[in-house]
Amino acid sequence: MRKRRLLATVVLGGGSFLGTMVYRRRTERRRTRVDLYFEDGSMVSLEAGRPDADRMLPLAGEALAAAGRA
Amino acid sequence: MEAAEALAELKDLSTQIEVVALANRSGDLVASTMEGQAAVKLARLAADIVSQADQVRGDLGREPLAQLQAATPDGCLFVVLDGDRLAVATTGPDPTVGLIFYDLKTLLRQLAREDSEAAVSAEVAPVTADDEAAENA
Repeated sequence: MRKRRLLATVVLGGGSFLGTMVYRRRTERRRTRVDLYFEDGSMVSLEAGRPDADRMLPLAGEALAAAGRA
Repeated sequence: MEAAEALAELKDLSTQIEVVALANRSGDLVASTMEGQAAVKLARLAADIVSQADQVRGDLGREPLAQLQAATPDGCLFVVLDGDRLAVATTGPDPTVGLIFYDLKTLLRQLAREDSEAAVSAEVAPVTADDEAAENA
């Protein structure tokens, strides 16, 4: 009985930890992006993982580091 | 008001902007609230990002680029374009995006207006005593 309770606690704890990690990763990924605004007022959002964004994001990271961020 | 003065004023007014710089599209630094090589690097990198963004714009067949925001967990980089000029700013994560763009656009408008006023006053510069003497001679 005690063993089962311990196992259930471990499974529950592990599951919620894993869920939190997945959620944080997804949120962070959504937050990492490049938004381009054009003169006609339209906008394109390029999320991390897209080749276009992945070319610009390292440059932005370098720029932020030069400015004392990161 | 000089560019450096305008940048310092903007940084004082904004609670979110940490560094603000002015550059041209080739990446040459014009003025910055940050000193040294880091400011030069920031200007060059901002111009590189604009150049990459312009390629994306071309691929998508969109209108010319007006501004961009690169958001990372460490912070955000903003660039607003006005002709050959770029205004670049860095902030922490999750800034008030509209406000930062508004501040940078206002800065560029102010500098452009001062440029055109300077050009007009240079055209209608008053005739000096030396000029009059030269004419009378």
